[in-house]
Formats: sequence, structure tokens, C-alpha cells
Amino acid sequence: MQQQVKKEGVSQAFTGRRNFLKLSGLTLAGTGLLLAGCSDDDDTTPTADNLPGVRNGKFDLGGGDFGVLTYAYALEQLEADFYTRVVGSAGFASFSEEARDILSDIHKHEVIHREFFKSTLNSLLPSANVLPALEFAYAGVNFDSESSVLATAAVLEDTGVAAYNGGGQYIADSAYLVIAGQIVSVEARHASAIRDLINPGSTDFANTADANGLDPAKNPSEIISAVSSLGLITTPFTATFLP
Amino acid sequence: MNLIKFLESFTDDKLYTSGTSRRDSFSQFGTIGKGLALASVPFGLSALANKSFAADIQPTPATAAGALQLALTLEYLESAFYANGVDSGIIPAEDQAAINLIANHEADHVSFLSSAMTAAGVALPPVPTFDWSGGLGLTPFEDYEQFLAVAQGFEDTGVRAYKGQAGFLMGTPYLTPALQIHSVEARHASLIRRLRGQKGWITGSDRGGLPAEFQIIYDGEQSTTLGAGQFDAAAQSEAYDEVISTQTAVDIANVFIA
Repeated sequence: MQQQVKKEGVSQAFTGRRNFLKLSGLTLAGTGLLLAGCSDDDDTTPTADNLPGVRNGKFDLGGGDFGVLTYAYALEQLEADFYTRVVGSAGFASFSEEARDILSDIHKHEVIHREFFKSTLNSLLPSANVLPALEFAYAGVNFDSESSVLATAAVLEDTGVAAYNGGGQYIADSAYLVIAGQIVSVEARHASAIRDLINPGSTDFANTADANGLDPAKNPSEIISAVSSLGLITTPFTATFLP
Repeated sequence: MNLIKFLESFTDDKLYTSGTSRRDSFSQFGTIGKGLALASVPFGLSALANKSFAADIQPTPATAAGALQLALTLEYLESAFYANGVDSGIIPAEDQAAINLIANHEADHVSFLSSAMTAAGVALPPVPTFDWSGGLGLTPFEDYEQFLAVAQGFEDTGVRAYKGQAGFLMGTPYLTPALQIHSVEARHASLIRRLRGQKGWITGSDRGGLPAEFQIIYDGEQSTTLGAGQFDAAAQSEAYDEVISTQTAVDIANVFIA
């Protein structure tokens, strides 16, 4: 009986992925690259054993491509929630015009990213396997203070860049890799703008790169531990299938 | 005869040897340039070379090696461009820290990719001969506004090109470094765009006042597919950068290759 349930979960996931490809318009690409990615994917599609879902009372992000997508969804939830609070704060009107312009744009981008992962994962997986809305707390952030908001925004954007840079290698389906790439460069544009806003005319916009000119890339476990140490995500979750 | 091969054999080892750092090469050119009219010898051998050869680069194969070769050629372009810009003296004091950092990063990318490719036994593409006028009469090393405009075009192209090559690097040790370069290029793009009074991100397919010939860099960026249903088309297009094909990346680069 349990076997049957598992099988059903997998086949739903399969159908969902095809739908997703249609949804995202990527089937139009029709390149050898994409086709190669799809056939590879058939070998590495996550099994029911590592699907995202509740284990031991906590939601586990899962493994394989669904795990990486769910992990990205968690991070986008955090960013979207943060900027929603920023633009809704009483003090926002007192921020500089440039800061308001930049933060308002970023708010929209991050909500768009969150909603993309939400609808994509819901099209790929049964609802029990989709990460629920997480809850957040911002004990150290003064949302009425431009400097406090910008400092937190810089951490979140840099974290997002390092997370996507390090997560890309764990994606098996090239269509998802491309989407992750489409998002990470926008996160990096954000990081650059926020860092420059904090310290204009400096090298801060890109001095994150090492001696080879490479930005940080971090594994999910490093990112999750860093985010946990900030105490921003209050909903407990696990990531036992991600490196 | 294969044009690239021919150019390789033509190339003066002393000037183009991979053992010489890019910075050293550019200082050499800078020294030559100072003794002559900069406009007539914009870049080293070009006065000699571009009369004889149409040296356009060709699309690289859809393989990991091809992706690295395209990446290195684009980094040659960016690195040479910023090195010339730094040497030109036109960069205002308040922007020098930023432009110097970008110049250093692009030189770092050339070194890093060259080393990685050599270690992997991947042939290094020859350094093209550049035509910074873009065939449009541009003078980016005399006019800072033009310098920033061309820089924006290069950075936004780099972001799209790396993204377009990522699939070819899947399953290789070069995917992650390529992504790490990709995000640095995006940081550069954002800064350069903001120095020009643009948003750090691309709205629709707006080329931001660049010459119409540069529209190819922004075509396709207006996609709203992944952001459908949220806010407005402007925000939906900004929230995602788009890929460009190998052919488009090559076409853009060839605008600045003699």
C-alpha cells in the first residue's frame, strides 16, 4: 500500500515537470541542450524517498532537483517577506529617494521569485510535498532605519548569490539550472546596488570576489546554518538530503 | 585554411604568450600608444593586423570546452577594454576605485580561465584584435560617457552569455566557477548601469540610451514568462535576466573585433 502511494507521488511529479516546462515557455527553446537535459533528468529525478515533505514532525526540504527548488523557495520566501516589511514600514517614507526606488524594485522582484517557486512546486508536487509558508522574525532589524534595512538587505542578497552559485551544481535538469541562473544574476545586481548605496564610490559593490575574481559559492548546509544563526526563520525545518 | 588557426600562427608569441600577464601586455601597448597618436593605434597590432584579416570570431561548439573558450574570449574583450580605460586617464576620481576593481576582476577572469583551460588541455583561443570604435566611430577612451555605455553593453552581454553557456558546463568542475564569475559580472553590470543613471537591472528590452546597434544585447530581456501575474510587465522582466545563444554572444563580440 505504501509502495503504491510512493509511486503515485513520483508519477505526479513527472507530469508536473512537463507541465512546468510548458508553463515556463522553455519547450520553445527546443535546443539540443534542453533535450539532453531532459533525458538526463529521467535518470536522476528524485524518488519518493527524498521528496520534500514532513519527516519527524518537521518539513524536510528534500533532495534532488525538488530539494534544490524547495531550498530556493525557502530563501525567496525570506527575501520577499523581508522586503514586504521594508516597504510597508512606517519609516520607509523617510528613506532617501534612491533607497526607496531600489528597495521598492527589489521588493517586487523577490515577491515575483517567491511566487514563481510557489506555483512551480505546486505544479510539480502534491501539496503535502510543497514547503508551506514559513514564518520569520527580525529581532535585530529596525525597519524604520534606512541603515539597518540596507545592512540586512546586503546580507540577504549576498546570501542569495552564494546560495544559487553553490546550489547550481546539484541541479540535474538544465531547465532549472537556467532559471536559477536567471535569478542569481538579478540577486547579484541587487547586492551590488545595495552595497554601493551603503558605501558609494567604494569597491564594496563587488569586493566579495576572491583573488580569482570569483564570487562566493556555498553549499545548502552552509547557507542554512548561516541563515539559522541570524535567527530570521522561526519555522523549524530540516535539510537532510541536501549537501 | 582555418582563419583562427592562421591567426594563431600569425600571432607574435612575445606579445601574446600566456606566460605574460595581461596587465603587462597592456602596459606595453600603453607605452607604445603614448609615443603615437592614440586614435591611430588604438590597440597594439591592430593597425597592422586589421588591414589584412577579417578576424571575426566564430561560434564555439556546444561543449564544455567551447563554453570555456567563448567565456575566455569575452573576458579578453572586457579585460582589454577596462585596461585601456584605466590607462586612458578619462575616469573621474570618484569612479576610479570601482572601475579599477572591475578591471582587476576581468584580468583575474582571464588568468583563471586560461589556467583552468590549460590544466584541462583545452586550447586557448587567440586574443582577438579589437576595434573599440565598434565600427560606429566610438571613442570610448576619450569620452567617459561612451566608455560607460560600452562597459554597460559588455557587462550585460557577459551576464547573458555565461547564463547561456551554463548548460554546457553541467556535470563538469567548471560549472560552479562559471556561476561565480557570472554573478561578479552581474555586480559589475549593476554598478556601471547605475553610474549611467540607469537602474541596476534591465527593464523590458531597454538598451538605456546605447546606440541602436547595441539593441541585440537587450533583445529578449523583455520576457515576462516567469514573472507572469505579479505586479507589472516592467517588474516581471526585471526580476529575471535572460540567456543569449552562443551565436548572439559571438555577434556582439564581433562588433568590437577588427
